[in-house]
Amino acid sequence: MWLKLAALLTRPATKYLFIALALVFPLVAQNEYQIYVMASAFVWAIAVYGLNIITGYCGQLNLAHGGFFALGAYTLGLLTADYSWSYWPAFVAALAMTAVVGFFVGIVSLRLKEHYFAIFTLCVGFIMYLLMDKWEELTHGPVGVRNIAPPDGFGLVDFTETTPVYYLTLVFLVLSMWFIGRLSRSLLGRTLIAIRNGDELAQSLGINLMRNKVLAFVLSTTFAGLAGALYAGMVRFIGPEDANILHTFDMITYLLVGGIGTLSGPLVGTMGIVWLTQSLQFMEEYRMILFGPLLVLLVIFFPRGIVGSFLGWLHRRTQGEAEAAAKTQQSRDITGREVNNNA
Amino acid sequence: MLKIENLTKMFGGLAAVKDVSVEFEANQVNAIIGPNGAGKSTFFNLVGGAQKPSSGRIILDGEDITTLRCDHIAKRGVGRTFQTTNLFDQASVLDNLIVGHRLRTRSGLWDVLTNSRRLQREEKLSRDRAREALDFVGLSHVENRFIADITQEESKRVAFALALATEPKILLLDEPAAGVNPEETEGLARLIRKMVDHGLTVCLIEHKMDMIMGIADKIMVLDHGEKIAEGAPQAVREDPAVIEAYLGSDDDAAA
Repeated sequence: MWLKLAALLTRPATKYLFIALALVFPLVAQNEYQIYVMASAFVWAIAVYGLNIITGYCGQLNLAHGGFFALGAYTLGLLTADYSWSYWPAFVAALAMTAVVGFFVGIVSLRLKEHYFAIFTLCVGFIMYLLMDKWEELTHGPVGVRNIAPPDGFGLVDFTETTPVYYLTLVFLVLSMWFIGRLSRSLLGRTLIAIRNGDELAQSLGINLMRNKVLAFVLSTTFAGLAGALYAGMVRFIGPEDANILHTFDMITYLLVGGIGTLSGPLVGTMGIVWLTQSLQFMEEYRMILFGPLLVLLVIFFPRGIVGSFLGWLHRRTQGEAEAAAKTQQSRDITGREVNNNA
Repeated sequence: MLKIENLTKMFGGLAAVKDVSVEFEANQVNAIIGPNGAGKSTFFNLVGGAQKPSSGRIILDGEDITTLRCDHIAKRGVGRTFQTTNLFDQASVLDNLIVGHRLRTRSGLWDVLTNSRRLQREEKLSRDRAREALDFVGLSHVENRFIADITQEESKRVAFALALATEPKILLLDEPAAGVNPEETEGLARLIRKMVDHGLTVCLIEHKMDMIMGIADKIMVLDHGEKIAEGAPQAVREDPAVIEAYLGSDDDAAA
């Protein structure tokens, strides 16, 4: 019974149900604030999907992810506020910027492995923060960037309103998930997972480590830039605090809770924690007293996150039932033969 | 088919592999034995391209592969297994093997975005190759099991299958029978023989002498990085230098 219900969740058609739910959400939401929280959760989820490519599938812990998110936001913010670009060209420029910077950071940092890579990218993220905070001529320093253009609706839609922005972020989230779903099931996705299993084995299978790692890194920073650009157009005010390393750790938490290296994990983790945070708003910073132990328990008992653990359980159960069924079938065949022999 | 000329690997002042020359014939089981620390694994790393030799040449089918990168050597038909094989344990056996044929495919990011014909064809091809390899090692019945749920012996066979899916000409097996019981060792030995019967060339490092003596056509003995003997199993077994390396000389015993 439970097994069948659980199996339903993994059916391809289920995703349309979730899209339908997301589409009607603004109609059933109690207030505009809830719609806004949901939209910002979508934006974070896109960034977490990017992190999932390099860290979840490819196995390289990238701690500069928040920096790239802010880089996307700043590129869009500065181009629209200071250089009066309109939103969509600046949006494309933000993607290009995070991809290009991601490429150059990637070819240097990916020469390092494991902890060294993580520490190096931590520094890269911090340097990005410092640049945004101290390079006042370009970034306005701690004052931040104001008057960022909202997404251009071409006179058809007004993206300064919450509900249209909600649908815009939803569209980008669905597109991101569609792309990453396709990537993770493809030979390219399998190549990244092989690298996560180990450099030594992967290269003995003829995989070009550097090329594939850099590709995964650039894809992940581009998704961070995409999320950052959407974020800047949504909040319309950004500051150096958006590059704070804490955002990277938040994203890693979302990823771990949802399920690292899984397709729906980033969404589940981000939604779960964003809404949990919202509902615990009254506790202010004391929330962490609840969050800390919760995270520790999760990592101990469900190291593969909510989605990873669920899928593992489901696979074992269905595989177990299939094998049991095959066995009874076999024994039935044998008894059948015996009956025939007797006859 | 694999010719090694004066191969040397120095780590600082220490020679892990010293001036080794040897030739491995096609379609044979070639064993490399020697005491711990004799340089056997380093020798495999050099042939597979994971480490670069300090001097010497490695020639595969007449082509000098000494300076090639690991992935290029794999593409030229050198397959490898390791003492431990780290696979994605929360995915099925078959899922883990599909990537084995990746090196014979060309699909990139653009193919993923457009879901191109080439990608679909190559994914089917890789899946078929994985199934064939799994069938070859006799594990078709566990293809849907998680890697985490298979036995030690099955995981050894899965490692073979992964290497076979790359369609190698020569296979380097690093202690293929470590950690399995005598019965299973025999089964793995039969499997290695079967690979050779199907046209592969095998090089293996192994400590289990019964197994080696049973399947090897040729044995090379390394000690302190140097080749001290080479030849048919019987000849190597009776070689005084080999006996000395393994058991110590009479002088040592006296002292």
